[in-house]
Formats: sequence, structure tokens, C-alpha cells
Amino acid sequence: MNQSAEKTVFAPWHDPDETPLIAFSNVTKRFGDFTAIDSISLDIYRREFFALLGPSGCGKTTLMRMLGGFETPTSGTITIDGQDMAGVPPNKRAVNMMFQSYALFPHLSVWDNIAFGLRRDRLPKEQVAARVEEMIKLVRLDKFARRKPHQISGGQRQRVALARSLAKAPKLLLLDEPLGALDKKLRQDTQFELMDIQEKTGTTFVIVTHDQEEAMTVASRIAVMDDGRLIQVDTPDRIYETPNSVYVADFIGDVNLIEGNASPRGDGKTLLHWAEGQPPLVAECPHAPETQARCTFAIRPEKVSISKDRPSDRTNVIQGRIEDIAYLGSLSVYSVLLANGTRVKAQTANNRRLSRRELTWEDDVWLSWTETAGIVLDK
Amino acid sequence: MNLRRFSLISVPYLWLFLLFLVPFGIVFKISLSDYAISIPPYTPTLDLATGWAGFKTFLSELDFENYVFLTDDDLYWKAYLSSLKIASIATALTLLVSFPIAYGMANAPDEWRPTLMMLVILPFWTSFLIRVYSWMGILSQEGFLNQFLMGIGLISEPLIILNTNWAVYIGIVYTYCPFMILPIYATLEKLDTSLNEAAVDLGCSRTSAFWLITMPLARPGIIAGCFLVFIPALGEFVIPSLLGGSRTLMIGKVLYEEFFANRDWPVASAVAVVLLLILIVPIVMYQRNQQKMMEAEQ
Repeated sequence: MNQSAEKTVFAPWHDPDETPLIAFSNVTKRFGDFTAIDSISLDIYRREFFALLGPSGCGKTTLMRMLGGFETPTSGTITIDGQDMAGVPPNKRAVNMMFQSYALFPHLSVWDNIAFGLRRDRLPKEQVAARVEEMIKLVRLDKFARRKPHQISGGQRQRVALARSLAKAPKLLLLDEPLGALDKKLRQDTQFELMDIQEKTGTTFVIVTHDQEEAMTVASRIAVMDDGRLIQVDTPDRIYETPNSVYVADFIGDVNLIEGNASPRGDGKTLLHWAEGQPPLVAECPHAPETQARCTFAIRPEKVSISKDRPSDRTNVIQGRIEDIAYLGSLSVYSVLLANGTRVKAQTANNRRLSRRELTWEDDVWLSWTETAGIVLDK
Repeated sequence: MNLRRFSLISVPYLWLFLLFLVPFGIVFKISLSDYAISIPPYTPTLDLATGWAGFKTFLSELDFENYVFLTDDDLYWKAYLSSLKIASIATALTLLVSFPIAYGMANAPDEWRPTLMMLVILPFWTSFLIRVYSWMGILSQEGFLNQFLMGIGLISEPLIILNTNWAVYIGIVYTYCPFMILPIYATLEKLDTSLNEAAVDLGCSRTSAFWLITMPLARPGIIAGCFLVFIPALGEFVIPSLLGGSRTLMIGKVLYEEFFANRDWPVASAVAVVLLLILIVPIVMYQRNQQKMMEAEQ
């Protein structure tokens, strides 16, 4: 996550010598007239925890099912570990899947569910038993091995499904909304557990989720999808801080969007003329347009400072009036109405007690941010 | 409040009492009586006017003679055994025919399922007797089946199917097919398709996934269907008497002849009581199965 420590960070996608474990090239999938996947090319590397993120119907599940062999691409090729997967059925792939419904076999015990895949390989009995015990220990289900799936809780079922799909030590594990059925608290605990297990086993994980927080927490890289296309593939921090489009900025987390006309200033910075009679916003932006263009300025609420007095050390300063305050316990979010009718959200950490807060409704306040806080997006 | 509950609960019990227990009591009483050339064709009959002493002599005249007679004449136990055999074979054949149909229905596209279901139930809209009679027209030596097979040159001599056990099997399979299809379809339809995908994902072929996952999970439906076919097939009368031959021995037919050809009501009643006792075993097993299914669903 820390960009300055790039040397020690796990980032095989920057290494030109690294060969990807999975390579999609120009993969398209159509169901009748409907194009579920639209010419996607994507590389996923060994030991990655790769998240496919997008709204429902964006094609993320289809993309995953093609890896598992449950769907075949209409055109394009998928290779896993250098082998073209065309015509290879699911039972002949070193890929296992954890299903959204968990798909535990209701007539088999937890133990037999986990042993199911190993027995299909005709491994000797002792070896199956040893591996099942190992898996049961990994997901901490020792006490429940003899129970049937309907006799254990949702969280335990999720762990059985994980153990079952990991038992055959696949090269690649696919997880389809693995935590969707769990309540929030359990989901957060399980996210960390999932990361631990991924690290311990060294398996490549590809997870499908519509929950951006979940993707941010667990993934080494995230692919944001919409309408069968990849919008952005990047690390969580870069997706969050330097989204490549308004769609990504808006999909991940909370964001303020201000439209305006951008013009380059010449020194690598961009000016955004956003309202009549207001000084232009100054932003540093790698993808900013060369010439005058209609653009959107995006800034995260936590990067906007709010104060009663006009700050002198910030480049971008705008005056407004507090319209709404949302108190979230650890944070407060102020919705500030600007003179031209735009609303901007500013977020502050509540490091003082609420009673000592100096800002309240209808106060005139100054919003400010630095040149590098926001980003100019042209699409 | 209590009275209301009681009266609600009592309705089915009253129904069972009046329409099951009382008739059974009458049949059981007749089975303990003796044959007589009179109306009704048995003695003793209960005459309440004779009072307590009359009731006592009435009781003393009842005995288990007819049941002993059933064991003497080998016709009866042969008929029971033959019924069990025919019902078992017919049930197995019905299962063989019905399972693929139910499986196909459960895997058909959603919009097709109501139509397929309709097609399974449709034969019930015509009279059972007419349907069995039409099988006579199909299976007889000059029937459609033989004409067709001879027409395409597959056989030169007509097959003798009608009036054999084979015709009985065909009749039972045809008639009871829906009772097998529907419970199997109901269990298969509920199965999560991802269970099969998971099995394949873990290294099964499609065929072994079917045997390891689909079949065990369809078992409650299979068992229910088998009982629903076996129980009525065991006492079946119409099919063996219309399609079966003189050598087709089934207890339903024996029962009919005892009642209406011989007019020996006491022996016929004894036959009926024993048949009921035989049927109680699979009925109790069926109910156990239903109970287990309900528990599993909870």
C-alpha cells in the first residue's frame, strides 16, 4: 500500500520478467444478443489476491466462470499457466471455485465435503485423511467435522466451502461473493482470515464482489468493471486516489465531483474554471488534457479541510455554508453549499468531543485543499 | 376456545372413524363369520333384540376359520406372493421410465416446465377404464403395436403381449407413471444447480456427479414415488383383469372373484384383511420417509 516502499512491495505486474498465471486476451462472451464480456485483455499473476469489482450484471461473474470452465468464451483465448484453456472442462483444470451459495453437499458431513475432491483423485486413504485434517485445522472447524452442513452456522459453512475448495491445492482459487451471506461484523473478521489463508497457502485468489470495501481490504489489485469492460485495473490505493474516470471515482468510496473547463498552466498543473467570478482550482494531474476541455474535478471528502477562518497556506480555498452534518461517531461529514449551488462534502476525524465542536449548521466556512489532493478527470 | 379446537380436530378423526374404522370393523367381523346361503350371505348376524345373551352367542359363533383356510389353499398365498412380485417389478420399471422424464423436466428451461407438468397430468382427465381398454387395442394380436411392427418388417409373427404379465407391467407403468414422476421432479427441481457444478469443479465427471450428488439427493423423492406406485399396484384389480391373462395371479383379482363369483363374503373379507395387514408395512415405511423429509427440510 505504501508507494514509497515500492522495492519490498509485492507487485509482479510491474516486473517485465514475470509471466502471468492467467492471461485473458481479447476475450468476448455473448449470450444471444447480449454481450456480457466485451473484448477483455487482462493478466493476473501468481500469489495475487485479485478482485473483480463492479455492479451486478457488469460481467464479473461471467469472467470468473470462464476461468472455472463453466462458460466458454465466444472469442479470444484464456491461458492458465501458459496452457490454452479452450475445451478444457472444469474437472480437468487446476482451478477450484468457492460458490456464492457455498454449494456444500447436504448429504455429506463437513469431513466428507472437504474430502470429496481428494477422493476423486483416487488418493490413498491416509493421504486424504491427513489433508482433510490439515484443512479442517486451517479453517478451525475441528469440532464440527462430523456435522452435516445444515447443522452449522453460516460463517462455519463459509469456512467449509473455503476448506473444500482449497483441499486440492489448486493453482487458482475462484471466490464468488464469498462473504455475501455473512453479516457485517463476521464479514470483516472473515476478510482478514481470508487474507491470512491466502498468504499461508500461497494460492492465487480471484474474488468477485460488488462490495468495494471488501475489495479494497483483501485485494492486491482490483479490476473495476462496468458493462462487460474493464474500466481500471490497479492497486486499491491507486484506484482510490488516482481513478482514471468519473465512473471509478464515483464507484469507489465517497467523492466530490466538480465540473469545469480545464486548461493546462504549463508547469504540469491544471487550472479548472468551475464557476463565474471564482478563482480557478489548481490541481496536479497526470492524465489532464493538453488543451482546453470540459472536465470533472474529483476530490475525496477526507482531503477537504473545513475551517471557520480562511486558511492562508492552501492553494485552493472556497467559501460556503454548512448545510448538513452527518455524525458517524469516529467521523463527521459536513455538506457545504457553495455560492453557485454546488455541494461539497468535507470529512473530519472527531478527535474532540462533539460538545466541543466549533462548527454548526448555517455557519459560513472555508473549504481548502492542496494542489495534489484532487484529480482532474476527462472521462 | 377449547371446544372450537376440539371440534376442528374432531372432523378428520370423525371422517376416519366413519369411513375407515367402521367399514373395517364390519369387514373384519364378516371375515370371522361363516358362509351361508342367505341374505346377507354369512352367519351370524347381530340381532340387538335378543339382548345380552344373544350378543354372547353371537360372539361365540365368530372364529378364525377363514384365516386358517387361507393358509390351507395355496391359491391365496401364491396370489399374495405373485402380487408382491408383480407390484415390485412394476414399481422398478416405473422408476426406470419415470426418472429420466422427471430429470428432463427439472432441467428443462423454466418456461417449459408448466407445459411439461401439464402433459404428465393430462391423462388423468380421461377415464382410467377407457385408458386401460385402449391399451387392449394397442397390445392385442391385431392391435396397433403388432400392425406397426409387422408393417415396418421388424417381426413376421404378431407378438403375444395382451393377457400376459407383460401387459400388466405396461398397464401399471403407464397408469402410475405420474405418481413416480411428480415426487422425483419435486426433489430434483429444488436442487441447487451449483451443487453439480461444485462436484464437477472438484474433479467429478458429469456422470459421477450425477451418481454421487444428484441421485443421493433425489432419494427421498424416489422412495416416495416408489411407495405411491407400489401400494396401489399391490391391490390392483382393473389392470390385471383387463390386460392380464388367466395365469396372471393377483390378489385383487382373487378378492373380486371370491366376493362376486363365489359369493363367499367371509373368505373374501379375510383376504382383504390380510391384504391390508401386508399394506400397512409399506404405508408405515412411507410415512417414516415423509417425516424424515420434513425434518431434513427444517
